[in-house]
Amino acid sequence: MNRRDALTAIGSGATLILLPLMSFAGDQDVTDAIKSVFGGKPMRNGRVTLELPKLAETGNSVPLTLSVKSPMSAHDRVLRACIFASRNPRPLIATMTFGPHAGSASFNTNIRLSGTQDVIGIAEMSDHSLWRTQVRVFVTVGACDALQTRY
Amino acid sequence: MANSRIKVPESARVGEAVEIRAMVMHPMENGYNVDTQGTTIPVHIITDFVCRYDGAEVIRVKLEPGLSANPFFSFYLKATKTGAVDFEWVDQDGTVTTAGATLRVG
Repeated sequence: MNRRDALTAIGSGATLILLPLMSFAGDQDVTDAIKSVFGGKPMRNGRVTLELPKLAETGNSVPLTLSVKSPMSAHDRVLRACIFASRNPRPLIATMTFGPHAGSASFNTNIRLSGTQDVIGIAEMSDHSLWRTQVRVFVTVGACDALQTRY
Repeated sequence: MANSRIKVPESARVGEAVEIRAMVMHPMENGYNVDTQGTTIPVHIITDFVCRYDGAEVIRVKLEPGLSANPFFSFYLKATKTGAVDFEWVDQDGTVTTAGATLRVG
C-alpha cells in the first residue's frame, strides 16, 4: 500500500462515519419530490427567476421572489409554479396556481430553509413545457435547529 | 381564529396589474419544534390560500410546512372592473379565515 492508497482509504472511512449524521433530505429526495409533482417530464433552464438573499442569517424566514417570463394572456400563460429546497426535510415548499385574473406571474413569500442549500423554482406553462432555475443560499442558522429560545 | 392583514389598493385603471399583499397570523408548526417539556409539537399548518376577484381565481397556493410562520404572500391582480377581492385561508383542521376588500376600477 502506497501513500495515495492510504489517503484514499482514510477519506472513504471518514465519509462512511459522516453519512449517518446527515439526517436531512439529500439531493435524491428533491429529485423524487420533483418527479412526484411533474412526473419526470423534461425541463429547460430559463424563463423562471428566483430572487433570494445570498446569505440568510436565520433559516426561519427567508424572503423569496419567484417570477416567470410570460405574457399571461389567455393562451400563453403560467399554469403553476413550485418551489423546492434541495436539503429541507420536506423538499416541496409551496405550489402556486395562477388563475385567470393573475396580473403577472410574480410571487413573493417567506420560506424556511434547514441549512445552506439550493432553492429550485419550476414553472409549468399552458403548453405544458417546464422551465426551472436554481439558486444557492447560505444559511447561518437553519430553521430546523432546535433553539431553546424562540424569536 | 386567526388574525389576517390584507393590502388592496383603493383604485386602479382598467387592465392595470396591481400588487396585492396578504398575511395571516398562524404558527405554521413544522413538526420539528419542541415545547418546554421537551415533547415535539405536532405539525399545524394552513394548507390552502385562495384569492378571488370578479368571479374567478387570481391565485391559489398549496402551503407546506416549509413556509415561514405567519405566511405572507404578495402577487399581482389584473384589474378589469369594480368588484370585491376575497381572500380565504384553510387550516389543516378545516378552519377557514376570510378577508375581503373592494377594488374600484375606472
